Amino acid sequence: MTVEARPDYAETVEHPMTPFLRMDRIPHVWCPGCGIGTVVRCFASALEKSGIDLDKVSVVSGIGCAGRTAGYLKLDGFHTAHGRAIPFATGLKLGRPELTVTVLSGDGDLVGIGGNHFIHAARRNLDLLVVLINNFTYGMTGGQNGPTTPLSARSSTMPFGNFETPFNLPHLAASSGAPYVARWTSLHVRRLTWSIEEALERKGFRFIEVVAPCPVLYLRLNKLGDGVQRMRYYHDEAEIRNGADPGDAAIDFQGKILCGVFVDEERPTYQELMDEHYGNVLGDDYVPMPLEGGMLGGG
Amino acid sequence: MSTFWRRPLDADRVRPPHGEVLILADRCKGCEFCVEFCPKDVLAMSKDFNRKGYHPPEVVKSGVCMACNLCETICPEFAIFTTTTPESPPAAALPAPVLEGVAP
Amino acid sequence: MKTDPKGVLTGSHYLDGDFACGEGAMAAGCRFVAGYPITPSTEVVERIANRFPLVGGTFIQMEDELASMAAVVGASWTGTKSMTVTSGPGFSLMMENIGLAAMMETPCVVVDVQRAGPSTGLPTMVGQGDVMQARWGSHGDYELIAMSPQSPQESFDLMIDAFNLSEEYRVPVIILMDECVGHMTEKVVIPPADEIEVTPRRLTEVAPDDFLPYQINGQLVPEFARAGDGYRFHTTGLTHDERGYPGMSVEAQDANVSRLVDKIRVNAGDIVRFDEADTEGADVVVVTYGITARVSRAAIDIARGEGVDVGSVRLVVVWPFPEQRIRELAASVKGFVVPEINLGQLVLEVERCVAGQAVVRSVPHSGGAVHDPQTIAAAIVEVAR
Repeated sequence: MTVEARPDYAETVEHPMTPFLRMDRIPHVWCPGCGIGTVVRCFASALEKSGIDLDKVSVVSGIGCAGRTAGYLKLDGFHTAHGRAIPFATGLKLGRPELTVTVLSGDGDLVGIGGNHFIHAARRNLDLLVVLINNFTYGMTGGQNGPTTPLSARSSTMPFGNFETPFNLPHLAASSGAPYVARWTSLHVRRLTWSIEEALERKGFRFIEVVAPCPVLYLRLNKLGDGVQRMRYYHDEAEIRNGADPGDAAIDFQGKILCGVFVDEERPTYQELMDEHYGNVLGDDYVPMPLEGGMLGGG
Repeated sequence: MSTFWRRPLDADRVRPPHGEVLILADRCKGCEFCVEFCPKDVLAMSKDFNRKGYHPPEVVKSGVCMACNLCETICPEFAIFTTTTPESPPAAALPAPVLEGVAP
Repeated sequence: MKTDPKGVLTGSHYLDGDFACGEGAMAAGCRFVAGYPITPSTEVVERIANRFPLVGGTFIQMEDELASMAAVVGASWTGTKSMTVTSGPGFSLMMENIGLAAMMETPCVVVDVQRAGPSTGLPTMVGQGDVMQARWGSHGDYELIAMSPQSPQESFDLMIDAFNLSEEYRVPVIILMDECVGHMTEKVVIPPADEIEVTPRRLTEVAPDDFLPYQINGQLVPEFARAGDGYRFHTTGLTHDERGYPGMSVEAQDANVSRLVDKIRVNAGDIVRFDEADTEGADVVVVTYGITARVSRAAIDIARGEGVDVGSVRLVVVWPFPEQRIRELAASVKGFVVPEINLGQLVLEVERCVAGQAVVRSVPHSGGAVHDPQTIAAAIVEVAR
């Protein structure tokens, strides 16, 4: 029996994410079967569940398909230069310490062109939540080889298969010092939402990698089917092992995808270390940056 | 299959939520995620085209949606969601659940 | 408004140009600095790193200049006045995010203590080869402001003007210092805080629901909402409409870019600043900036000794260029002499404005030292004849 989905009703009831999205920009730019929209949905849902003051949340993206995420979330949103989302976010956080600053961007952006910023922000334990959407390729420019393209996978600039070793991102983040490191796929919508929510409660450099399908480029170039087939692959090949050694999280072409929260520990953030250190050394002479920003009202 | 399924002791009292699926058909890009992963197989791809030329999903099983929200959460297009309707019968009155296609 | 006294080291000091620049930034209300060490600019951030914990500012040494400039743009969106400091090679890396600052209309200050280039060039020695890069360094059409101090005192003073102009026009302001001024130690008088007027961020009073981040209402500079005030605005380096949403059309591009350019061009009369001396009836006018202005004074004295009537125009604001004044002078003088520690950059701008009405003589220097005043004097005498 076919039941109508009552489109008349749907038009009058708001989608639950409406308050968190720039609905005047929907439909978004992402292709059919792309996983980025799902990650945005999970991110928005986690924000809602966390109960934090959304007026104080900023979202920063770089360039690329995942770089467009900041443009769809109804937060203070910054669509910055390619690779520079993390340093831009660093400025936001240090300039107004009371903000919750999040970074949503892609693998090419954050660990290709922006790789240096990524490891240093993790090393400093800057108080940033970084959600990296990994589709194994440069999507917006047409499927070129990226820092995460698995060995032997085809890309438009490795037409005979990739011979470069890709990054194992959880391992990279953990070894750079990130106190919260997780990986999910865009199929793990509940765990991803919960993980983002959990990370929002933590502090320091929190890193969540989300493996997501790129049907139009990565999957097509590798003859791996469409988005839903990719989601089935995640269903079959994702293995959840919380607390696993991030060193074991490398992704082979069509191999297992190790998921879970790999690192969840406490480490003082950049600002905590700064405050503590200057407090010890300078005592009462130390004037911390005001939480709402520096010298806004004059003398 | 159902012989392996332990019947909850409070099945006669607990009223499982009953959901209604709402589809914003014109937003859909036809990725099929919702159809593929609905644990109750409520949805199928429609033969109709939406304004963009994609086949949106349609509800093919009435009364079985439990408002688990998976379709809403997995939809990359913000094109589908569920609402809970109060008039659910007790779980005991529902057909025995099937194990296949458990939500990830 | 008056500045915060915490950042003002009132009194008479003996400082080099780099330290004076750092003090100027703090006096101007700068409270966020991100930088990467590079000779000959490093003393600026060293001074700031020393003093910021006492004045409520945050300095962070980033991993490179790309990150430094990106962090400055980010910090400025919180309303905290922000700057970075660098020299040639780092300035090249900053161009990406200087373009972003221009496109997002982000007030910020970039100090470039110039050394001789190209590439690594002469790290510890003077050059003025970044003057065109300051103007044209990032891709696409935009305008910004660049100022060039000739002394440690001016390094202090111009920082306050630089921050104020960046707030007024929402543009990056470049301080084109040079190694000689940066490393020159002289007396610097820092006035009391109540004598330092600073321009606050022009925060919008429009309610969040009605606010559009790039709506201009007939003005050329939009009002500002800072991150965390509930405006939930969007901004992008893409061509955008008044909502700050990407607008991929010829019309959006024209509206966007024209305004970025117009806000400086239309107001150029208010922004240009130069010291003009003895141009009345002069045969030759020497056009200079930075340390070269001081070297040229000796050259002017020599030329006067040889009977030449010489005037001078020293550019305090290099960009926008004082086109109109140069054009006017071109009608009455025999020629212009333009000494620069590069092989002829700003002289092109002088030539453009003079448009054949008078002789324009470049006095180039490849860098590593200042000119011999005799060389400049010889050019002045030659042009006069």
